[in-house]
Amino acid sequence: MAAHQITFTINGGQETALVTSHTTLLSLIREQLGLTGTKNGCATGECGACTVLLNGEPVNACMVLAVEVDGAEIVTVEGLAQDGQLDVLQQMFVEHTGTQCGFCTPGVLIMARALLDRNPNPSDDEIKDALRGNLCRCTGYVRIIEAVKAAAKAGG
Amino acid sequence: MSTPPTSQQAPSPIGENVRRVDALEKTTGEALFADDLQFGPNLLYGRIVRCPHPHARILNVDASRALALPGVKAVVTGQDTPGTIGLYLQDRHIFCRDRARYVGDPVAGVIATSEAIAEQACRLVEVEYEVLDPVLDPLQGAQPDAPLLHPDLEDYEVANFIFPKPGTNISNHFRVRKGDVEAAWAQCDAVVEREFRVPHVQHVPIEPHIAIAQADRHGQITLWTSSQSPFAQRSLIADALGISQSSIRVISPYVGGGFGSKAGVSMEALAVIMAQKVPGHPVKLRLTREEEFFTTFVRQGLIAKTRIGATKDGKLQAMKTEYYWDAGAYTEYGVNVTRATGYSSTGPYEIPHVHADSYCVYTNHPVGGPMRGFGMPEIHWGIEQIMDLLAEELGMDKVEFRLKNCVRGGSIIVTGSEMHPVGLPECIQKAADAVNWGTDEPASAPHKRRGKGLAIMWKAPAMPPNAGSSASVRFNEDATVTVSVGGQEIGQGAFTVAAQMAAAALGVPVDWVRVHGPLDTRYSPYEWQTVASRLTWSMGNAVVAAANNARRQILELAAEHWDEAIENLDIQDGMVISYKSEQSLPLQNMVVYGLPKPDDQGWRGGPVIGHGSFMPTYVTGLDPETGQGPRSVVHYTTGCQAVDLEVDTLTGQITILRVAAAYDVGKAINPDQVRAQIEGGVVQGASTAFFEGLAFKDGVPQNTSFVDYRIATSVDIPYEIISIIVEVPQDDGPWGARGVGEHSMVPTAPAIANAVAAAVGVRILDMPITAEKVYLALEEGE
Repeated sequence: MAAHQITFTINGGQETALVTSHTTLLSLIREQLGLTGTKNGCATGECGACTVLLNGEPVNACMVLAVEVDGAEIVTVEGLAQDGQLDVLQQMFVEHTGTQCGFCTPGVLIMARALLDRNPNPSDDEIKDALRGNLCRCTGYVRIIEAVKAAAKAGG
Repeated sequence: MSTPPTSQQAPSPIGENVRRVDALEKTTGEALFADDLQFGPNLLYGRIVRCPHPHARILNVDASRALALPGVKAVVTGQDTPGTIGLYLQDRHIFCRDRARYVGDPVAGVIATSEAIAEQACRLVEVEYEVLDPVLDPLQGAQPDAPLLHPDLEDYEVANFIFPKPGTNISNHFRVRKGDVEAAWAQCDAVVEREFRVPHVQHVPIEPHIAIAQADRHGQITLWTSSQSPFAQRSLIADALGISQSSIRVISPYVGGGFGSKAGVSMEALAVIMAQKVPGHPVKLRLTREEEFFTTFVRQGLIAKTRIGATKDGKLQAMKTEYYWDAGAYTEYGVNVTRATGYSSTGPYEIPHVHADSYCVYTNHPVGGPMRGFGMPEIHWGIEQIMDLLAEELGMDKVEFRLKNCVRGGSIIVTGSEMHPVGLPECIQKAADAVNWGTDEPASAPHKRRGKGLAIMWKAPAMPPNAGSSASVRFNEDATVTVSVGGQEIGQGAFTVAAQMAAAALGVPVDWVRVHGPLDTRYSPYEWQTVASRLTWSMGNAVVAAANNARRQILELAAEHWDEAIENLDIQDGMVISYKSEQSLPLQNMVVYGLPKPDDQGWRGGPVIGHGSFMPTYVTGLDPETGQGPRSVVHYTTGCQAVDLEVDTLTGQITILRVAAAYDVGKAINPDQVRAQIEGGVVQGASTAFFEGLAFKDGVPQNTSFVDYRIATSVDIPYEIISIIVEVPQDDGPWGARGVGEHSMVPTAPAIANAVAAAVGVRILDMPITAEKVYLALEEGE
């Protein structure tokens, strides 16, 4: 199995890793880098629990090969807080009970971050549409949508 | 002794919207789930060889080619697991021995240095099967000539309230014989009879099942797993292996969604058996999403046949019900769903004459287990539709009909027991009012039809009569408090309400209290299981007992210190105060170091540790012939949901405009969390109503991915969910509280069905209510 050396930025820091041709970005993040905030819910691109930002765009990390991120910039849930200050989305998820079991939460937060980055004032329907690929079985999405709205209002 | 005591009481955290204690770590990615734990390079991985047939005899398992693959460490089979396992009925081998009973039944386990190698090796394990005739329908399975799935049924260990019928596929038969149903039909002016069907449903926790087990060389076993039941798992696995509970330690960090699927034992024991083969190595077994759909527990399928009658004044007289549960290959847990739905078979109605038979039937389908509501969503699907049909037959308003017949405090319920005080009538009225019941409102387009429907529900915690809870309360030097519980935080907010209760009972600010995982059977106090919506009530009672115990120790110390009567002392806002002498003393330091005696004569007190437990002692047995008894359950939580929706007549698609959900929770310890449970339950209920159901073809599951098995996404939810809290206190609950976690999904599906019928006159008796079914029924009607 050929190993490839890749260099990339993750949560603001540069990393180099040796990966195989079939290592997924999810496996790189969770198993090689030990960043376990990103979750593995299906490994088939259907649940959104492993959503990360790849060059600013949300992707299912289980559907991206690690070799593809050579030279790229990645943000995971661990990278949302800056200088000890929570991202406004994280603050609003705490305040509005946007989390219950918490397993989908990292992926939802990243997807919501991507939404607010491209659309700082989304409508309810735009929020729902943005999150349709992030499955949650606990909250019924109600508080998640409220929290995203509150974050947008707070300057997102 | 500095600040004087305040005359007014410090605010109690009970009834306050205290923020979730786990919210912060769950939004930063720091919250640990079982797959996040690190085990180092010693870790091995397991994968499972599963039977591809619904029913087969296992003639031979040849693992030699698998063992020859580099990286493979060991292979286990049924020969490594002589004992049986099961919560209420021990009918399951951990790995199949001579027979496999569903597609996915574990036949062998491969342990290797990577998941990929283990997976590859699984395909090299050669299993020789003799395919047997399957049972794929509970009605067929209940027949005397059906293929027998468990010929040894009479030899299985069974709880004393479960009644298997050896020589058949019926692993439990619960009966109700109350009054005289046959004579009662003659007095009825309206009688309705229908058959309802509910498919198998998957819990779909977003975190798939995972277990990491390690056995050391002198027989101690450690199991790290995502678990609603660390103590029950320890006990069941110890029994199956014939070892002491003290030889197994179960550690469970946060659970990424349970809904019943992570209660009891499903796949966890597989990891333990595999670990025993490679002592010293942790072995990780994580299920794929595909496996998750059919190899853990599923919600049982149901065929319900119901006949019901009332007099023309709208008073219910008689109900006759047969439930055939499609309970799957092993019914070790499902037998109690059968029982619970038998003793709750009337729904929340007072009916004088009842005849009910609830049959748990073995089939060659996935293993039925507990799921949110424990049979109640399934039976209320039929109960609440047939009540609507009967009201229509009588020409009565459906709210009026329910108010006339629903249970109230003092009602004699189906088991002959007396109903405790309950706010169900208030729930019905408030939910109906919230959707403007009785007012026709226009649809949003000419091709759409609007309709309103409602459904009511009841559910009791279904568990052994003596399921217990315990807790401890320990102080730190600065008077912050560590509360230890054995109940799990599965998203429902258990740790948060435990903190609120401990703070209120101790008299300290709620942010002084810490409740943390992981649960660890070596250090956490005992809890039966995190199921049945029982934690706020049962674990809550234990937390209060522990806090009161600690409080007593502190007050005794202060009383001695001040030479005052303990009756005059109190703890408020973290200070011990005397109402008599108006002295006060901060809790800091004294709760660990005690207090000095006068004149340097030594010290009193010491580290304060409060302990408490709770176990209901008042639930009686039920007569096996009649299902009658003085107190069948601890209590029932009741509620009502009203749905306002519209149906697109061109496509059959349904849009929920609003849902009003009213529940009598006794006392909302944290109203915000109660509402969060209601919202989540409504959407999960709507998801099962519209989309869900495992499809089988000759026993083979067909839709084992999120593409083929849809669950509700953010775009599928109702436009508005109106949560209404009713509080009629429960005599055995902390501050009068009852559970509400499961209840919120129970009436959603039948309320939707009733609203669809009101909108377009289409009555769907088989769940789910897909757009296709509605469209075809509309076509047929035209």
